[in-house]
Amino acid sequence: MQGTNGFALQTAASGITQLLWLIPAIPMVAAGVIALLKQPARKLAATLAIGSLALSLLLALVAFSHVLSGWTSGHNVRETANFTWLQFGTSTVDLGWVLDPLSAVMLVMVTFVGLLIVIYSTGYMAHDENFTRFFCFLSLFAGAMLGVVIANSLLLLFMCWELVGLTSYLLIGFWYQKPSAAAAAKKAFLTTRVGDIFFLLGIVWLFAQTGTLLFYNSGAGSMEPAALNGLLAAPAALGLSAATVIGLLIFAGAAGKSGQLPLHVWLPDAMEGPTPVSALIHAATMVAAGVYLIARVYPLMQAGTPAGGITTALTVVTWVGAATAVFAALIAVAQDDIKRILAYSTVSQLGYMMAGLGLGGVAVGMFHLITHAFFKALLFMGAGSVIHGVHEEQDVRKMGGLRKAMPLTFATYAIGMLALSGFPIVFSGFWSKDGILAAAKDAHFSRGPFYLLVFGAVLTAFYMTRQVSYVFFGKWRGHGHAHESPAVMTAPLAILAFFAIALGVIGTPAWPWFRSFLEGHAAAIEFGKFGESEFLVLLLTSTLIVLVGLGFGWLLYGSKSPAPEERDVLEKAVPPVWAALRNRLYVDEFYGVTFIAFYKWWAEVADWLDRRVWGGIVALVIWVFGRLAHFDRFFDNEWVNGGFDKGCEELYSGGGLLARVQSGRTQTYLRLLAVAVVVLAVILIWSSRP
Amino acid sequence: MSPLSCYLLVAALVFAIGLAGALTRRNAILVLIGIELMLNAANLNLIAFWRYGPNPAALTGLMFAVFSIAVAAAEAAVGLGLVISIYRHLRTTDLDEISRMKG
Repeated sequence: MQGTNGFALQTAASGITQLLWLIPAIPMVAAGVIALLKQPARKLAATLAIGSLALSLLLALVAFSHVLSGWTSGHNVRETANFTWLQFGTSTVDLGWVLDPLSAVMLVMVTFVGLLIVIYSTGYMAHDENFTRFFCFLSLFAGAMLGVVIANSLLLLFMCWELVGLTSYLLIGFWYQKPSAAAAAKKAFLTTRVGDIFFLLGIVWLFAQTGTLLFYNSGAGSMEPAALNGLLAAPAALGLSAATVIGLLIFAGAAGKSGQLPLHVWLPDAMEGPTPVSALIHAATMVAAGVYLIARVYPLMQAGTPAGGITTALTVVTWVGAATAVFAALIAVAQDDIKRILAYSTVSQLGYMMAGLGLGGVAVGMFHLITHAFFKALLFMGAGSVIHGVHEEQDVRKMGGLRKAMPLTFATYAIGMLALSGFPIVFSGFWSKDGILAAAKDAHFSRGPFYLLVFGAVLTAFYMTRQVSYVFFGKWRGHGHAHESPAVMTAPLAILAFFAIALGVIGTPAWPWFRSFLEGHAAAIEFGKFGESEFLVLLLTSTLIVLVGLGFGWLLYGSKSPAPEERDVLEKAVPPVWAALRNRLYVDEFYGVTFIAFYKWWAEVADWLDRRVWGGIVALVIWVFGRLAHFDRFFDNEWVNGGFDKGCEELYSGGGLLARVQSGRTQTYLRLLAVAVVVLAVILIWSSRP
Repeated sequence: MSPLSCYLLVAALVFAIGLAGALTRRNAILVLIGIELMLNAANLNLIAFWRYGPNPAALTGLMFAVFSIAVAAAEAAVGLGLVISIYRHLRTTDLDEISRMKG
């Protein structure tokens, strides 16, 4: 990590590091137990899921406080526990886990948000008949995700990474009776698989180059200087070093998981799953795993930084992130499904995190990850509460005026929305986004990312205002009567809302606690920073950006209350642009006529080859062997069996002949005896003659 | 012709008669009698060879004969016992009827 020049490294494994594996293991065991429960055992299933996550949270807090106490006493804690998993020849494959500020922060975030969402789910899924199955998958997901977080080996990380992908598939397709949900699950699984193939290639290459997949192993790990220097020296292709190519391959895996261009298509469709799943997996944790992965392999991404610049790998990360941030924000403007808007917003924010990692380092990207996890989980759970309250309606045009019917949901949702938009000073989203923008402004290689990210920020504020106006303001346009959700659902919302505001405190420029903690140097409070002109300019810029977005949104949608069948304001203004945005910029259609069409054609070719060519060869072989078998049978019957039968018959008749001698008649025996004696006597007399 | 040859001829004759009786008779008791005759022919040979042998003073031949007669007596007792038990079992002493000795 960058901050090794700050505090001394503390690597001796302590008790909590030895027990760190318990954090993912407990939810996994709970998942196994829940899988064995019968359907009616709802209470037990929910208790197990909540209890296991609460236990994990407790352990995560112990681990965090251990790292924290190390940090306050001036150590940069990075404790590992490694063991050999496989050995072939002289090389070994090691697995292990690591406790450092990065994993400690993620552990607390994942267990805490996970616990809140599991509690919320007991309310949201209360009427689902497959309640136990849901909690089984959710626990399994939590375990796998925590495994990704603590992994000190790229291989262990990859295993848990795939487990996370599997549970994502299972949970998106939770209502598999719906064809759209089943299709979305398949799409998510296959799209992420594209990235994972490159990821696996990167892992294999890294192992071939360095002979280890451990990140940190007291100097011998793949993220430590010795291995990195070797990687930098090894040439790959096109003048790139192996470090760059492996970094890019790993980034491809991260892009698949985190919904970066061009692999973002699965994430909006993943909203077919239950809303708590969207909140936990597709907003707070799993999609952040890609960002976390890049943060984890940051030494590799950063290896060989030219003076005053950034590496090729990080440049790619930055551009992809910035492009994704704007691309997804544009699409989000024209969506009507409450969850789809949030999904595209998530894609966009993940782009911000990637850009933050590329431009400003681990702390900038990770800070946005943490704050985003809280306010996006809040927004999704708020959306779930809304959907629950208006009888499973997801179209924002058929809502309206809900601020009166659902005051608690409205209040918390508004906090989440303002945090996401980056409303100045008060909200955590402002500080984390500000960090990214500040880093982008200082980027030396190009101003492009900065302008993209600023534009994305305007759009973010705009589409969130549009959504909130549609849902909570104006007149009620739906059917039936909207109602507020139960306390089990609103209480987690309130807790998350608190953190959506409070988390900003730890990442302000005046007290960059989070950055210092991650990078391992002392945090100082300098209120003077607020007064610096550089900061003030940025503050004003950000404020302006947010206010422009909010203002436009309010102007176009705020007080009006358009009927569901009425065309959107923007649609009336610029119909072709609106159509393109509404159809998600035709990315899915593009994939449909290129990759998917190609695969269909290729499948048909393969089918033809299979039936005609390979099938014919197989039929020929079958015919030849049939003939051979016929001949063989003839030979067997006539020759082998015939000869054998003959021999048996001979033996049988010989036996019969001998059996007749044993007649049981004493006198026959005597007669034979007499004859034998006579014969013997004759032979004796004959032979004794001189 | 020496006296020994006469004795041996008589013994051979008795043996042949005994053998013929043993082989041809169907009655188990008569077969036993045939066997006794053969044994006695053998005893007669033992006595004759002893009496006209190189050392007639030693009682070796006599001892052999007495031993053999004792064994024959025991054998006759066992044989007769067998015949009686077979008769009790099968109500016959006809050897052609008794063919259960095959395995």
